[in-house]
Amino acid sequence: MSKLPLLSLVTFLPLVGAALIAFLHRDATRNARWIALWTTLITFFVSVPLWTDFDRNATGFQFVETMAWLGPIKYKMGVDGISMPFVLLTTFLMPFCILASWESVETRVKDYMIAFLVLESLMIGVFCALDLVLFYLFFEAGLIPMFIIIGVWGGARRVYASFKFFLYTLLGSVLMLLAMMAMYWHAGTTDIPTLMVTKFPADMQTWLWLAFFASFAVKMPMWPVHTWLPDAHVEAPTAGSVVLAAILLKMGGYGFLRFSLPMFPIASHDFAPLIFTMSVVAIIYTSLVALAQEDVKKLIAYSSIAHMGYVTMGIFTFNVQGIDGAVFQMLSHGIVSAALFLCVGVVYDRMHTREIAAYGGLVHRMPIYAACFMIFTMANVGLPGTSGFIGEFLTLLGAFKANTWVAFLATFGVILSAAYALWLYRRMIFGVLEKPALKAITDMNAREMLILAPLVFLTIFFGVYPSPVLDVTAKSVKSLVAGYETAIKTANLAR
Amino acid sequence: MTLVNQLGPIHPELVLALGAMALLLFGVFTRETARNAELIGWGAIAVLLAAAVLVMRQPSGTDMLFDGVMRFDSFARFMKVVVALASAGTLLLSFNDMRDGKYLKFEYPILVLLATAGMMMMISANDLISLYLALELQSLSLYVMAAFRRDDVRSSEAGLKYFVLGALSSGMLLYGASMVYGFTGATKFADIATVALQPGAGRNIGLIFGLVFLLVGLAFKISAVPFHMWTPDVYQGAPTPVTAFFAAAPKAAAFALLTRVLIGALGGMKPQWQQIIVFLSIASMVLGAVAAIGQTNIKRLMAYSSIGNMGFVLVGLAAASPEGIEGVLIYLAIYLVMTLGTFAVILAMRREKGNVEEIDDLAGLAQTNPGMAATMALMMFSLAGIPPLAGFWGKYYVFLAAVKAQLWPLAIIGVIASVVGAFYYLRIIKVMYFDEAKGSFQRVYAREGFVMAAASLIILLGFLPFPLRQGGSLGDWIMGTAAAAARSLF
Repeated sequence: MSKLPLLSLVTFLPLVGAALIAFLHRDATRNARWIALWTTLITFFVSVPLWTDFDRNATGFQFVETMAWLGPIKYKMGVDGISMPFVLLTTFLMPFCILASWESVETRVKDYMIAFLVLESLMIGVFCALDLVLFYLFFEAGLIPMFIIIGVWGGARRVYASFKFFLYTLLGSVLMLLAMMAMYWHAGTTDIPTLMVTKFPADMQTWLWLAFFASFAVKMPMWPVHTWLPDAHVEAPTAGSVVLAAILLKMGGYGFLRFSLPMFPIASHDFAPLIFTMSVVAIIYTSLVALAQEDVKKLIAYSSIAHMGYVTMGIFTFNVQGIDGAVFQMLSHGIVSAALFLCVGVVYDRMHTREIAAYGGLVHRMPIYAACFMIFTMANVGLPGTSGFIGEFLTLLGAFKANTWVAFLATFGVILSAAYALWLYRRMIFGVLEKPALKAITDMNAREMLILAPLVFLTIFFGVYPSPVLDVTAKSVKSLVAGYETAIKTANLAR
Repeated sequence: MTLVNQLGPIHPELVLALGAMALLLFGVFTRETARNAELIGWGAIAVLLAAAVLVMRQPSGTDMLFDGVMRFDSFARFMKVVVALASAGTLLLSFNDMRDGKYLKFEYPILVLLATAGMMMMISANDLISLYLALELQSLSLYVMAAFRRDDVRSSEAGLKYFVLGALSSGMLLYGASMVYGFTGATKFADIATVALQPGAGRNIGLIFGLVFLLVGLAFKISAVPFHMWTPDVYQGAPTPVTAFFAAAPKAAAFALLTRVLIGALGGMKPQWQQIIVFLSIASMVLGAVAAIGQTNIKRLMAYSSIGNMGFVLVGLAAASPEGIEGVLIYLAIYLVMTLGTFAVILAMRREKGNVEEIDDLAGLAQTNPGMAATMALMMFSLAGIPPLAGFWGKYYVFLAAVKAQLWPLAIIGVIASVVGAFYYLRIIKVMYFDEAKGSFQRVYAREGFVMAAASLIILLGFLPFPLRQGGSLGDWIMGTAAAAARSLF
């Protein structure tokens, strides 16, 4: 273990960049952009050792740092196989977000970059925090920059969307805060590793589980509390949508894995049917809703909800395949949905409309774009050979073991996702180029290709060779499942 | 000299009272100009700071004075420092507005000093009579301050309204005090506590009546629902610097008094008063959150905000445990800083044509006066209780106590009310950041700028794990002090 406080460094480097930008002159937009880009790049490179030095054979948390803070509340950071990939995902995607906003954001560039860097800091913190209160702090504080990003640089109904996003998520989280306090009074600590081995009484688990569920279900978002997401996605600027889809949504799934399953195994077991039902409804219903959308971003938003359905389903199968699949699905969706929103951003920057009907025949003018968009559409559908396939396949495999009917119903989602995604692709890319406005549209420039190329590579790489990720998560997932099974066994003996 | 030494614990109050007299003499015997008034104002700030320093230098432990009529413990010391600093802060904010409005008179700082002396005595009051005397010293100063802009109709109306309703509540309080005296035969809190602790005290109807009337009187002073009606009108009508003062120190002092009466004197009747406090708390949180949504005047909005905030502080009191009181103290300290920061911005809202106080006037502030907008945004997010800002920790500690006391309905309604409340705080941020600019304000004066910067720093960094000193952050230190203060009550 290195002496350097690597996690704190990764978490707070973006804040340093934000502080630097804050001291710039307000018209120094060029410098603000470059500082933001370099900060995110440096943060990414600093975070790479997390991946390379991570001990894949160890269970438990690594790179742990502890510092006194407020009495029983400690400043404690650390990652395990489940959280570490998300840290990397965040640091990896942020440079793309900055690049994607390079030309499309023209007003108040300085504030925009500060908001994004602060947001990055807080998102990384969520995945690293090993103290309940510290986790909550990062989890909630992320609302502030996102609220500002949607509200200032968003589309026409940005005020409505930003308020809905903020209040919806806040309402879910405050109940979780109360549950955290109850846990503190029961266990006498807010230390997450300790709480993961604390045995809470079964009836208490039910309430605690429900409170955490309220927060994570909204964040995820699960049907029927998903309605904030399409609004937020549609109104947010491209990079905002990317962050929202790729990282913020993962906090819900991460929360289930970090808190609900290990801390409240009995309640998780009891509520699994509820989760399965909600997941299956989400998969089928939101896929159908996606079919009816006329707005590209809204369609991708609904497809995100459907994909998150696989994640919740996988998590609550309580077997290694399901949970591995859920983690993989989250990471893959992080890359693919980010790429899809970036793709939408490319044409939006040219045409300033998100109406599907406004496009058509793009392949004639933008062949490279069409190819990229094709790859990500296929990954979204879950075509074998793309990263989307691995996640969906593993979660379905896990679900099949746990409950055949759930797996059976969820498989319809795969068909439906092919329907809406391919139809979207046909309407936008194929056909005759007849809209006069599209006649002069240009293909992607170097900057846009630079953004999408690594994402194309990763989508295919993980689709063909998923082991790097699965190796990292293996130990943590195994110990998670083992802990769950012992808890259920003892509970059954007691009953 | 022995008398002076014996009076050691009450030196801060004496300094305030004597300072007020000296400044009054100075004011009377010099020419009545704005410059002299400001000079006296600075003198008053110095006196307040001196009092705060004296309180801080007092030895730890509990001291009684005048045969147990006043009690000087760490609880009193904590609250006194907070109150003195809040008074000094609001006074600092008042000069510019008063000079621009041509009502900067030398009486104002002196009234602030007298009110603060009253508050400090309230905080130490350990007897029904000293309670009433202290409360009236404070209240009478406040009535005059509300009507301080005497040629302004709204200000006069506010003063009159406050006086009539305040007198009514004082009457109720006095009635309650007489009932308590009648049924316990004592005025000292320590003696009342002995009676209240006896078995069967909870069935003593006379004592319960006394308790209820006392609570009504004190609930009026902290503007808890349903005794809050005066607050929006008085806040809106009073000159803005006075509103800032009302929102800060008197609230904290009255709350300290309420805490001492309930925990110190009537601790034995906890089952009786706990349900009342729970009701007051829920009603204040919900009404404060819901009624603020429709407001367009920022002072009126702050009135509802303060009602809601008092509801949150009451959550800690309802828990009636050392943890709860610790939460109360932390919340009050943070609340005062947020109030100061917010009013610094409101007072800085100055255009050529004069002061403005509509929320819409803040439109596009982030473009025109980014510093002001950032301060206001910080205060609003903090008031909404979003971490990592200090306001979150205030809420955290009161709810932590409520959860320990298993007051689940209170805790759940409370956090939901805080989400509803977040809506109107966010609306201000929306106006400042999302809307188009409506013309900028004049430059911010250095004093307001100083308060804004100080409040922002405390709110933003106070509770983060920065080792400012050996042993932890500012938040850590406040927590430790508050915990010791809370224990001194039990």
